[in-house]
Amino acid sequence: MHKLKELVLNNKVVLLFGLLCIAAIYTAQNPLTFVAGELFTRIGRNGFMVLALLIPVLAGMGLNFGIVIGAIAAQIAVFWTVYWGYTGSEGFLLCLLLSTPIAIFFGWLVGRMFNKMKGAEMIAGLVLGYFADGLYQLFFLYIIGGIIPVYNERLIISGGIGVKNTIDLTGNLKYSLDNVPMLHIVKIVLAVLAVVSLIKIILGVVKKNPLGHRSWIVLGAAPIAYALTFVPAIKEYLSSDRLLLLHAVLSGLGAVIVWQSWLIVSNKIRRRKEYSLIRPLVYMAIAVGGCLLTYIKPVEKILLYVKIPVTTYLCIVALCLFNAALLRTRLGQNMRTVGQSQTVANAAGINVDTTRIIAMIISTTLACWGQLIYLQNIGTFSTYGAHTQVGQYAIAALLVGGASVKKASSKQAVIGVILFHTLFIVAPQAGKQLFNNAQLGEYFRVFVAYGVIAVSLAMHAWKDRGKTKEPNRNRV
Amino acid sequence: MQTRIKKLYAKIGLPHIIIVAFFLFLLTAAAPLGLSVRSLMGDTLRRWAMYGILVLAMVPAIQSGIGPNFGICLGIVGGLLGATVSIELGLANPWIAIIVAMLIGASIASILGILYGSLLNRVKGSEMTVSTYVGFSIIAFMNIMWLSLPFSSGTLIWPLAGMGMRNNISLAGSFGHVFNNWLSYYLLGDKTTGIFIPTGLILVFLAACLAMWLFLRSKTGIAMSAAGENPHFARAAGINVHKMRIIGTAVSTALGAIGIIVYAQSYGFLQLYNAPLMMGFHSVAAILIGGASTKKATISNVIVGAFLFQGILAVALPVVNKVLPESNLPDVIRIIISNGIILFALSKAKGGAANA
Repeated sequence: MHKLKELVLNNKVVLLFGLLCIAAIYTAQNPLTFVAGELFTRIGRNGFMVLALLIPVLAGMGLNFGIVIGAIAAQIAVFWTVYWGYTGSEGFLLCLLLSTPIAIFFGWLVGRMFNKMKGAEMIAGLVLGYFADGLYQLFFLYIIGGIIPVYNERLIISGGIGVKNTIDLTGNLKYSLDNVPMLHIVKIVLAVLAVVSLIKIILGVVKKNPLGHRSWIVLGAAPIAYALTFVPAIKEYLSSDRLLLLHAVLSGLGAVIVWQSWLIVSNKIRRRKEYSLIRPLVYMAIAVGGCLLTYIKPVEKILLYVKIPVTTYLCIVALCLFNAALLRTRLGQNMRTVGQSQTVANAAGINVDTTRIIAMIISTTLACWGQLIYLQNIGTFSTYGAHTQVGQYAIAALLVGGASVKKASSKQAVIGVILFHTLFIVAPQAGKQLFNNAQLGEYFRVFVAYGVIAVSLAMHAWKDRGKTKEPNRNRV
Repeated sequence: MQTRIKKLYAKIGLPHIIIVAFFLFLLTAAAPLGLSVRSLMGDTLRRWAMYGILVLAMVPAIQSGIGPNFGICLGIVGGLLGATVSIELGLANPWIAIIVAMLIGASIASILGILYGSLLNRVKGSEMTVSTYVGFSIIAFMNIMWLSLPFSSGTLIWPLAGMGMRNNISLAGSFGHVFNNWLSYYLLGDKTTGIFIPTGLILVFLAACLAMWLFLRSKTGIAMSAAGENPHFARAAGINVHKMRIIGTAVSTALGAIGIIVYAQSYGFLQLYNAPLMMGFHSVAAILIGGASTKKATISNVIVGAFLFQGILAVALPVVNKVLPESNLPDVIRIIISNGIILFALSKAKGGAANA
């Protein structure tokens, strides 16, 4: 009972918003398939951006309102790519190549600036976002066409100076990442695996280490898997770019079962005594239960309706893995130390300023890629509006997931995106049902976005103050 | 000599030099472009006085130690409520209408300010971030309220829907231009050529400045400034620091309410919904341009800052329109200047937090 109370208290934000979402879905009476479809689109669209916020939190720089600048870097690249006429995955790659150096440079600048304003990173980031927006407008409205000669009727305002309000990405960049077929990714992953294991084997030979049999297995399995992709049925299935949610869920659950059985088998072989069978069996039971759940009619309906863009989702998963992997490196540990105490970090010989700059560079670059994903999915590039709310909404989503200024995880980011965007999808309709006014629902969701940030910042400062209060009193 | 110039340069700071130079450049560019310098001067004067009280509202906040009050939206919302209630009452006399609006607005704002001040006492060190988002939240909350409050006056609500207030409410039937037109006259010419002097508006602004000047020299005012400057010392001297910060916040918020009403009467319209969202940023920028820091602000900072900030906007708009017709370059310039100066001030305040 005590444990349950603790669990509720620790997750009160998530629970509150979960209840709010359920209530809103119930009152809105949108068809569930519509809500689920929209939601999965929005997770793909916005998930990456929210995950880009995690590293500065780790480094003690708070919520990075400066991700707007990463979004700006992406938009500069998108404009030139469209102007030069590159399309599809080629265009997307060009965007990546073009925007990454810009984002790294911007991130370096932002990091240096934040080092001059330690303790005020959040307000500085917020103001910096507005400031950068001003420079961005100056660049897109007057310098393009005014100073840099650009001729294109579709992109430039009729006077010849300045970029139009919206750029249609249909036919060039729209779905350029979402539409990458699974087959390509499978091939790339297999190739990378094969190369990595080959390198490992060669290194093993050179260093005369006893050869790890694992590398051989991978090296042998990769061509076989590659050969399998030529089987017509498999090839046809993989050459699609969207995965039915049902298939995604089933293969996910299947993977759990296979992984747990592998654990059991391998531990039996090694005859580890302390290994208990209960945990994997519970997992497997849950997976089987999940499979059974898919036969319930409404669940099945949703699962058969929603299709997810595989490549985009893989990018998000990869970023989660990257965030987890970073923590295991020396850099990640340095960031955590800097985040906990700059004095201690400094005494331990960590270069605090550099570590903070690196955190900002990573975050800005990730935000830039996040904005590329967002734009290619949404398909219309609103030149002067696409970046303005990026920081606000990403941060609100992260906070709704139960994160705070000091602590945030990938799990919280994902939960936050789901809850926040569910609310976004159903709020107007709920407002219409309750008050006969869709605008009210619209305003309500904006209020939620601002309110959750205000409350969370205030709560954090409040708690922080509680800790430092006593020494202050003693001093006086 | 050289060290003296360097010292002066360090004291003034690069952004201020750029801003003053830019203003002078705009002024000198105006005449050759065939613009009436007199009408520009009149415009600058009017905008200076109409915006001044909102900038003045920053002084008690900065002096009491909470730093630049980004949450002035709280006061603005109070003022808007006061104004709408006054219109709803349908008071015929514009003077009574504006005084009622100010009284209601200031009392709502003071109550909000006291609550807000006690919140800020609990978040010392992060006042600026918290106040920004409290300001944004209250605007979003009021958006919901503007749609659902039971007002019924025809000038307030949308004519067809019968529910929800208009975005822009005309003040022609109530207190529009009441200060502007009081004792106003044309300097150096007649109605078409002269400089329009909104005497009443300027008098109201200067009276507010004088009142603030006196307040800062009263016993409470001195105690408040001491609490802002050095809380530990002030506490040792027997000053209730928390109470002083609450007073500073409440006075600042109440001035915000009065400021928006003065602004609206000069503009002729009451702007609801998201219009005041960024006004806090503009007020903060204006006082910083006037030479204030995040820890110290004086009345002269207000007068100079409001004049420069509004002067640039008033002059830039026609000048730029002559060169690049129908562009929003002045808006872009305002965004860059106002946020640039805030960033500069933040980088100067070591540690950032107003009370670190």
